[in-house]
Amino acid sequence: MNRKLYVARSPRIAARMLGEEMLVMSGQGSTLFTLNPTATILWQSADGATPLDEIVDRRICPEFEVQPEEAQRDAEALAQDLAKHGILLISEQPISTQSIAKPVASVQQQAQEKVRP
Amino acid sequence: MSVLLQEMSERALRLGVPFSAQIDLTYRCNEQCIHCYLDHDDHGEMTTAEIKNLLKEMAEAGVFILTFSGGEIFLRKDFFEILECARSLTFCIKLKTNAVLIREAQAARLRDLGVESIQISIYSHRPEVHDAITKVPGSLRRSINAIRFLKSQGLKVIMANVLMTQNMQDYNGVRTLAEELGAEYTLDPTITPMMDGDRSVLALNAGESALRNLFREEAFVGNADEFCAPPPPPDENSLAALPCSAGHTACYVSPYGEFYPCVQFPLSCGNVRQQRFIDIWRDSEQLKEVRSIRLRDLSGCSQCAHGSTCTRCPGLAFMEGNMRGPSTADCEKSYARTGIPSVNLLAQKLEQKEKKSGARLVQIQIVPAITGTRLSSLGISVNAMAS
Repeated sequence: MNRKLYVARSPRIAARMLGEEMLVMSGQGSTLFTLNPTATILWQSADGATPLDEIVDRRICPEFEVQPEEAQRDAEALAQDLAKHGILLISEQPISTQSIAKPVASVQQQAQEKVRP
Repeated sequence: MSVLLQEMSERALRLGVPFSAQIDLTYRCNEQCIHCYLDHDDHGEMTTAEIKNLLKEMAEAGVFILTFSGGEIFLRKDFFEILECARSLTFCIKLKTNAVLIREAQAARLRDLGVESIQISIYSHRPEVHDAITKVPGSLRRSINAIRFLKSQGLKVIMANVLMTQNMQDYNGVRTLAEELGAEYTLDPTITPMMDGDRSVLALNAGESALRNLFREEAFVGNADEFCAPPPPPDENSLAALPCSAGHTACYVSPYGEFYPCVQFPLSCGNVRQQRFIDIWRDSEQLKEVRSIRLRDLSGCSQCAHGSTCTRCPGLAFMEGNMRGPSTADCEKSYARTGIPSVNLLAQKLEQKEKKSGARLVQIQIVPAITGTRLSSLGISVNAMAS
């Protein structure tokens, strides 16, 4: 199975980092979710242009020390779940970047970035 | 509020994050409501660029729920440009409007932009009453048409019914209208002073007997016996509790960039035209003062039988002269609900009597609330209030 999957943040959701968690409100019925750290990385990386397997390889595997095959399987299931709630868009083609919500770095994150070597 | 939202709000409080904010984009309005607390002249509103910069700063500070209000927000020609910018920063957006300027096209655009909800002021189901309050003939018809457009786009609409003497008989009619239109309904029986301190509009407040009737309407309050029951005595938790979210997880910015703890709390904490939003939020001495207030520190209120259930608004208290004092409008609501006068109402009554008699004949000390005891049983008659 070599099909590529592309994921993009839905433009209809509201989202904000609150401490270590991503808070997301889906446009579908004003439902509120919190994303765990894996889902947060997936959501932040979902730019519509980067294939899901690359996101897993570059962002998820190094962060969580999991085997790529297992991580890929879990990430696909997670992406499908987030798509079901209207939080992510999934396509076998790259997704237009015009309609993608931009993640906002909090002042705390910006401060952390500044002190990193 | 959902359990998760409540949980997130509490986390925001622990982290010192401004979880929700309101920006009034303009004080200009196409209605001239008789009870409005605003000066509708334009004294130099923030520009589009200033508002966009503020939105970016608010997003970075962690604001999640953002309410755009006014004045009438659709009077700003750049309203949709501002809204697009806010949505691109992934705020959860709520709007407050009279909706008079919303047609099919605007409703469709609001849907496309993923607005969470639109709150619309409706004073009565009867045009002659609603239009007399807004002073705009045909305004009820136009607002109702707008609600239909918004609902046809699948948007969440909340009809906000502010009550005053003119429309106090109409809340059931407005609630029925909301049901017919598929809108949610909320009512507010408090008229607030003008932002400049003018208290003349308070004469429009519904009287105590009208409030008492409202508080026994089970369609609004649930179990009326429970709602109107004597309050439990304040315990350690309620004495240590925060008055409300103003300045703790919520804030307000005026069209001129003034930063207040809340729209109903005109204590200037800074101006976003001169300082970064986050710097005001973190460092304002005024906000620190607001954040230090606990029920146990309040003169009168800390000893009041209503301490554990009172809806005391610190902003209204501030406009009354002391943010650490009582809010008489809330004392009156507590009294109408339970028949038990607050410490503040009793003190006011006593002061009036003294003024009439011209001398202080009796020295009465406020008696601390005794566990489980109504103030009326402390020898202070409820009837004395009406005398």
